[in-house]
Amino acid sequence: MIGWFLDNAPRVWSLTLTHAWLSGVPLVIGLAIALPLGWMAHRLPRLRLTIIALAGALYTVPSLVLFILLPLILGTQILDPINVVVAMTLYTVALLVRTVSDGLAAVPDEVRLAAVAMGFGRWRRLVGVELPLAVPVISAGLRVAAVSNVSIVSVAALIGVVQLGSLLTEGFQLLYLPPILVGTIACILLALIFDLVIVVLTRLATPWLRRAA
Amino acid sequence: MIVFDRATVVYPDQTVAVDQLSLTVPAGQVTVFVGPSGCGKTTSLRMINKMIVPTSGRVLIDGVDVAKQDAASLRRGIGYVIQQAGLFPLRSVVDNVATVPLLLGVGRRRARADSMALLERVGLDPSLARRYPNQLSGGQQQRVGVARALAADPPILLMDEPFSAVDPIVRQQLQDDLLRLQADLGKTIVFVTHDIDEALRIGDQVAVMRTGGHLAQLASPADLLSDPADEFVAEFVGRDRGYRALGFVSGEVVTRPETTITLGSSGEAARRVAHGADWLLVLDADRRPVGWVRPDRLGAKVNASDLNRSGTLAHDGAPLRALLDAALSSPSGRGVVVDAAGALLGTVNAGDVVAVIERERSA
Ligand SMILES: Nc1ncnc2c1ncn2[C@@H]1O[C@H](COP(=O)(O)OP(=O)(O)O)[C@@H](O)[C@H]1O
Ligand SMILES: [Mg+2]
Repeated sequence: MIGWFLDNAPRVWSLTLTHAWLSGVPLVIGLAIALPLGWMAHRLPRLRLTIIALAGALYTVPSLVLFILLPLILGTQILDPINVVVAMTLYTVALLVRTVSDGLAAVPDEVRLAAVAMGFGRWRRLVGVELPLAVPVISAGLRVAAVSNVSIVSVAALIGVVQLGSLLTEGFQLLYLPPILVGTIACILLALIFDLVIVVLTRLATPWLRRAA
Repeated sequence: MIVFDRATVVYPDQTVAVDQLSLTVPAGQVTVFVGPSGCGKTTSLRMINKMIVPTSGRVLIDGVDVAKQDAASLRRGIGYVIQQAGLFPLRSVVDNVATVPLLLGVGRRRARADSMALLERVGLDPSLARRYPNQLSGGQQQRVGVARALAADPPILLMDEPFSAVDPIVRQQLQDDLLRLQADLGKTIVFVTHDIDEALRIGDQVAVMRTGGHLAQLASPADLLSDPADEFVAEFVGRDRGYRALGFVSGEVVTRPETTITLGSSGEAARRVAHGADWLLVLDADRRPVGWVRPDRLGAKVNASDLNRSGTLAHDGAPLRALLDAALSSPSGRGVVVDAAGALLGTVNAGDVVAVIERERSA
């Protein structure tokens, strides 16, 4: 396996980068979309159930189906990596809408009340108080989404979008173990790196939790 | 001055939280809303800063209808303190205090410097300023809450059960400190509590509310104790009214001279000055009373371990309740009266105090 890896190192590296891109970019875009949606779900309790039910339903659509359907809807080529990015963004949004709404709901009532009583407008309250306090909850959701994205992206190898998953399909076709092992290990490492980055960013964004007595 | 003019609040579920409330909160004084849980105190308070708009009737601040004012700017001019303090967990203590000045556009350096001064003023060590709220005790958090409410120097301060969640000893300190602060600041304070003793301690005037948001009585603490408007108020004000009312009456009680001995003197000297009396008062080197001893049971010296410390001390000019309590709690039956520095002035017995009560009554 090590011999195979050394022979193919440049290719594995480039597949890893593609994989990181395909799963990482949707994470950022998905978060950006989930924030306002989650806020709406939090603000409007009646809409909340609908939004969360829709998001849940979306998550149950098998990834392969989504990869095949999206080109038809978007009018893109089936091999276009945009399809994967859009699909992963949808999954991320589906996961994070609920998380964002839960995170905002976890802000203590008395803190919200104090902000209102001191004359914070709605936006200032959201950006200055509620979102920062929701960071730990949102970050937990983001970690789940990151790991899930890394694994789901591999499936796109079945429709020919090249990334680490391609090593697995290749290995199965050739009945040859080394690329399967290398692909799996690279996926795991990538997921761990995403996780680490999120954890570090969260710690930086929540100094008050670190210094808690 | 804040005026409630037939203010009524009906919640969407048809609960009548406040019913035709009319009362005046005078400027520069402490008005307490007190009543059982759910009687509409919080709802009434929140009408003042427009967190709740009356269904009918009006609330006026200095003659201007609150409903006609912009909510955010109105609130920045009214301090608000709540039970759980509601500090922002993500901001340091000093930045919490600086919140409203920063909203009002005061520069960060200036806002921080002012906040540091304010922290000291509410009795907090400046070394706590850089901490986060979750690193403080409940009592400390409440102090920060008070400092934060005062930071923009608002003329009005609203306090909703601010001290209800802390233990009794800390609560009493917080009450004392608030009264001390108020003596300096002269804010218009509206204070909500369900605790009648707190209401009587804090309030210049007390509004007793009954379930359904009715005002049962508006009176000074002394009048509330001596002349409750109806059975509900009498019941709510509670037992021992006669005795507690003495807490608001002072009278001229002439103290008697007391024979004393200094701590550390010889037992022999103590017995000599006592002239056979059962109890002898012991002072420290600064003439401050420290307790009573039985001269006949003393050993070679008057030691701290010989002292009976059950007697309370009354300060000169204290309410009659403190004088009577000093007499009743003293093992000798003679209540110890001290001056502002804590030095002995003399003693009074229960009969002396009761005589003054009788005289005040017939006056
Ligand atoms: N948002 C609300 N919706 C419906 N009823 C409420 C609401 N807030 C308070 N109430 C009701 O109004 C009454 C007065 O409440 P409140 O002013 O909070 O009383 P207090 O502060 O004296 O305990 C209570 O019966 C309470 O249940
Ligand atoms: Mg209340």
